[in-house]
Amino acid sequence: MMSSKRTIEITVNEKRYEGLVEPRLSLADFLRDQLGLTGTHLGCEQGVCGSCTILFNGETVRSCLLLAVQANGATILTVEGLAAKAKNGDPLHPIQQGFLEKLGFQCGFCTPGFLMTLYEFLNENPSPSEDEIRERLSGNLCRCTGYQNIVAAVLWAAERLGQSRIDNGNYFAP
Amino acid sequence: MASTSTGFIGRSVKPDKSSRFITGNGMYVSDVRLPNMLHATLLRSMHAHARIRAVDVKEALRLDGIVGVWTGREIEGRISAFPESFEIHPARWLEGVKPVLQGPRPTALAQGKVHYVGEPVAIVVAEDRPKAEDAADAIVVEYEGLPVVVDPEESLQARATLVHKGSNNNVVFSFSIEKGNVDGALGAAPHTLRERFRHHRYCAAPLEGRGVVAWVEPKTNILTVWSSTQMPHLVRRQIAAQLNLPEETVRVIAPDIGGGFGPKVFVYPEEILVPFLALQLGRPVKWIEDRSEHFISTAHGRDQLHDVECAFDEEGHILAFRDRFLLDNGAYNPMGLTDAYNTAAHLQGPYKIPNFSVTGTCVSTNKVPNAPYRGAGRPEAVFVMERLIDIIAARLGLDPVAVRRRNFVQPEEMPYHAGILYRDGEPICYDSGNYPETLTQALETAGYNELRKRQQELREQGRYLGIGIGCYVEGTGVGSFEGAQVRIDPSGQLIIATGATGHGQGHETVFAQIAADLWGVTLDKVSLVAGDTASIAFGCGTFGSRSTVNVGSAIYGASARLKEKVLRLAAHLLEANPDDLELGEGKVSIRGLPQRALSFSELARAAVPGWASKLPEGLEPGLEATFYFVPRTVTWANAAHLAVIEVEIDTGIIKLLDYVVAHDAGRLINPLLVDGQIHGGVAQGIGAALYEEIAYDQNGQLLSGSFVNYLLPGAMEVPNIKTLHLESPSPLNPLGVKGLGEGGAIAPPAAIANALADALVPFAPRVNEIPLTPDRVLQLLTRKEVNVEAGTV
Repeated sequence: MMSSKRTIEITVNEKRYEGLVEPRLSLADFLRDQLGLTGTHLGCEQGVCGSCTILFNGETVRSCLLLAVQANGATILTVEGLAAKAKNGDPLHPIQQGFLEKLGFQCGFCTPGFLMTLYEFLNENPSPSEDEIRERLSGNLCRCTGYQNIVAAVLWAAERLGQSRIDNGNYFAP
Repeated sequence: MASTSTGFIGRSVKPDKSSRFITGNGMYVSDVRLPNMLHATLLRSMHAHARIRAVDVKEALRLDGIVGVWTGREIEGRISAFPESFEIHPARWLEGVKPVLQGPRPTALAQGKVHYVGEPVAIVVAEDRPKAEDAADAIVVEYEGLPVVVDPEESLQARATLVHKGSNNNVVFSFSIEKGNVDGALGAAPHTLRERFRHHRYCAAPLEGRGVVAWVEPKTNILTVWSSTQMPHLVRRQIAAQLNLPEETVRVIAPDIGGGFGPKVFVYPEEILVPFLALQLGRPVKWIEDRSEHFISTAHGRDQLHDVECAFDEEGHILAFRDRFLLDNGAYNPMGLTDAYNTAAHLQGPYKIPNFSVTGTCVSTNKVPNAPYRGAGRPEAVFVMERLIDIIAARLGLDPVAVRRRNFVQPEEMPYHAGILYRDGEPICYDSGNYPETLTQALETAGYNELRKRQQELREQGRYLGIGIGCYVEGTGVGSFEGAQVRIDPSGQLIIATGATGHGQGHETVFAQIAADLWGVTLDKVSLVAGDTASIAFGCGTFGSRSTVNVGSAIYGASARLKEKVLRLAAHLLEANPDDLELGEGKVSIRGLPQRALSFSELARAAVPGWASKLPEGLEPGLEATFYFVPRTVTWANAAHLAVIEVEIDTGIIKLLDYVVAHDAGRLINPLLVDGQIHGGVAQGIGAALYEEIAYDQNGQLLSGSFVNYLLPGAMEVPNIKTLHLESPSPLNPLGVKGLGEGGAIAPPAAIANALADALVPFAPRVNEIPLTPDRVLQLLTRKEVNVEAGTV
């Protein structure tokens, strides 16, 4: 493959990076190999399993299906930046804390993708029903948990966020 | 000596010790990044059976960034062949069962011939992964196609194509076991039946595939290998053996593993090839399997065909059972008879069967090798026996619950001898449990009697509710051993080292709970080092529902040894009698005189060798002890699963309405983690029963090679699972624990198939095969077959 590397500028987890990339390099490989952000995992590289889910300009995407060059100028959030989204000095975001409280993970490989999907979901729907949670989770595969405890973790987080809104105004207020 | 109990055992301790997984800080093999690292990719066979006439690598070698290409020719004489199987067959079992074993020995890269689509033909190394893949694409292999055998029954025929040259037939091993007089009982019985059951081929599909990184430290020549394996010590032994290295110069680390479930229990070609290349090239080499490769290179599971004869009386008592089954082994047999003999050993289940015989035959075909997957032979056995019980019930017009109850081993009959040998060579002996009570709990939780009423009501409305039961027993905590080293470091921390690495089971939490209670410390005072061959001399691995039993017991044994030393040292320093000391809160004190105490840190610092030593005469330096637990035999867990389904007869879609698991795995260490294991196992079993299938065409080409057509169950497909725990302690280990990692996956195919047969009684389907896809359900609804369950025989 002839090299015609492109320069990209990208903001990841509120930090700006500049990178020189092959046009065929995937965004997931860029994040993992060039930025060292290995929390984003590759489970299929075919856009099915959802392990590589990140937030791209505020919306979830499969980072295995995007090229790094497509991310030029984009703002990205990965699992490594999730804890910083916690408010009130909490060390973890409520969805992360929910995964600990309810054992929403086992081997941890699919977990970052679930967390990013659920971060977006709870922003959109702060008090979801179990059916709504399961429907939203249908794009992410987990082979360990059987999903039950992930659902429980989301319900825990939603309740925590609801409490936080009552105490402090809107949790997600900019 | 007394110790203050901290009471962590039995509590749902949260997985705080694994919090790295929710912050993106897990460390998997693909996350290992070393300076100057090269990347490898495999060229795999596109043919199921072919002779390799020539391999042309000239174009590949011209490409930018390419370091080299290795084919079978380049490794011949430099990497020895794999053993025919990694399974250890105990002498007592060999003498008792007298199996025929004649497996082929795989090579790391194909030598002149390929035997399945996916077999490694060449390995390519380049400066980055895409360049390695470009080069692999540029290699030209000239194949001469050979006839292909994909059907195991065909493989048995006298004129079948031989998968391996130099063999007389395709049988890789076979065995027969019998107790009682099956022929006599079959001949004399009032009722008999014959059935054929197929438990199809599917795979574990952990979300993380396999991967290997190898690096040679240039000054010491120490080879360090990171591998996504369930058996790091076995990988080390095999690398040393096949590359002819001293074992001491090889270190294997199983870092965080993104799911194991069985197929990562043996050693694969890449685990030898990547270290070989790192040694050849003097640079670190990395290989990460992608998902497409995973489906054609990582072992599949199950794939058994059973022909069963059974005799029973008017009340449904089983009088005799005979099973001749065939296991489609694929092209190689990495785990020997593990699955097949597990099937034989678990076929009797929780039932008393006076006359019993099994013949198992494993044959080669041109498919990916078959190896253990969660349950390892047990889901196949349970599918056969539990379907059979329901067929007997239907034939006699009895409730399937009643037939189970009439055949159960009763609690007062414990310990119960099942009359055949286990895989470890010991006679099978169910050590504890109350099988009728386990079933009762499942029935009550599901509301069985109300469900039966509801089923009648719905049937009158043209809706089809089905209730299916799956009972089983499981030999858990299998040997041959596992070890633990317990060490107190100078900061006072308890460090546990073991060879059994975790892949999400929660080892860090469970072993800390056990150690914390044994030592009277809090959980933060215990650290676990697992899956690193440098941390403990011997290790077996994590598989077969065994780690809590074996590692837990080893921690117990090592702690007992170390406590004796700690108390002798403390008695010396405190000028007290060891019997007057007590252990708790991270220190040793004189009973009744809490101010006369020494912390673990002070004791560890006193136990050093040399000038700072405060050891008494005759006590060796260091606060550490190692214990290898060798279980006498397995300890038997049991469970009853109950599935409630509704079938849409227009579409063939099965909807799971409820799923109950009543489970007895002895004393529980952490119910939260136990439930997690059960949920995950059941979800995999649901996938097996309804969605997942490894399908090949007649040319041996894989038809389901991605997550698009190999369907894992998602959050919409898996219902909430109701779990109930019974606790019949095991008499076979000091903690009273039994294993439970596999259990959840064992019964769902049986319970769901029984539920389907139950729902569709008016249509008299013969539900003897899974997965129960909509297509298959529609076929069952239209196919006119002689059927026993409708009483039409």
